[in-house]
Amino acid sequence: MARMKFLCDAERCIECNGCVTACKQEHEVPWGVNRRRVVTINDGIVGAEKSISVACMHCSDAPCMAVCPVDCFYRTDDGVVLHDKDLCIGCGYCFYACPFGAPQFPQAGAFGLRGKMDKCTFCAGGPEPDRSEAEFQKYGRNRLAEGKLPACAEMCSTKALLGGDGDVIADIYRDRVLRRGKGSEVWGWGTAYGPGRPGAQPPQAGGNKS
Amino acid sequence: MKALLAMTAAALLAAGLAGCGEKEQVVVYKQGKYQGKPDDRPWDNDPVAYGDAKWTKGDRASWETEIKARNDRQNENKRIGN
Repeated sequence: MARMKFLCDAERCIECNGCVTACKQEHEVPWGVNRRRVVTINDGIVGAEKSISVACMHCSDAPCMAVCPVDCFYRTDDGVVLHDKDLCIGCGYCFYACPFGAPQFPQAGAFGLRGKMDKCTFCAGGPEPDRSEAEFQKYGRNRLAEGKLPACAEMCSTKALLGGDGDVIADIYRDRVLRRGKGSEVWGWGTAYGPGRPGAQPPQAGGNKS
Repeated sequence: MKALLAMTAAALLAAGLAGCGEKEQVVVYKQGKYQGKPDDRPWDNDPVAYGDAKWTKGDRASWETEIKARNDRQNENKRIGN
């Protein structure tokens, strides 16, 4: 199986924040912590406004994991980057290392006290026993262990946000862009998705890049 | 004295450079732990009674089949058809 990945289609995202709400509701995320958020550029400029939904991208070479001084991160067999809150010391290094701003820190205490890091788990819970109350309290619901996919992607009304097996969502996106008739001309398309024609497959490793 | 200084400098340089090193991020699951962090794998659970996904406990392939089938529901071209 490929790795679990998110993909957000900026042509489809309508900035409804349904993914943010779904995540908040599913995991009962406290105020001040946003595991997912929608970022908009060129806000208000007709034709140029684009939005994408951003959370932890579960990097294949995760910088958070590389910088953590207590080594609280781990990657699962299905490519999800998780962390152990019992080990986290809330130092914030991962926040500085993450290019997506995914790590969040609850600040409920006095004097800006920073709590243990919280981030998107790809709805895969954490180190506590799967589907247990302890896991839900610390990490939120474990939908993968229920045979489901992340709530944000499954709730997305325009299906701008895709989440799941990287191969499957790449196929969905490739098919979508080729039907749309625009988008496959951008630099790097061939490397990621193969030639811009229907039924095309991505190139094999070591092949030509565009 | 110079040699001692040079050796000390070299040792300090090596120690400093060690901080720039990056360990390869590998996934190893042994005795219910990923590199020391305990976690269960999704396919090691029974399917939920109220869910429509049915897989064989402990069988990764059957869980992946269910997940891929569910993943395809995000493709409206397949789900609804053309």
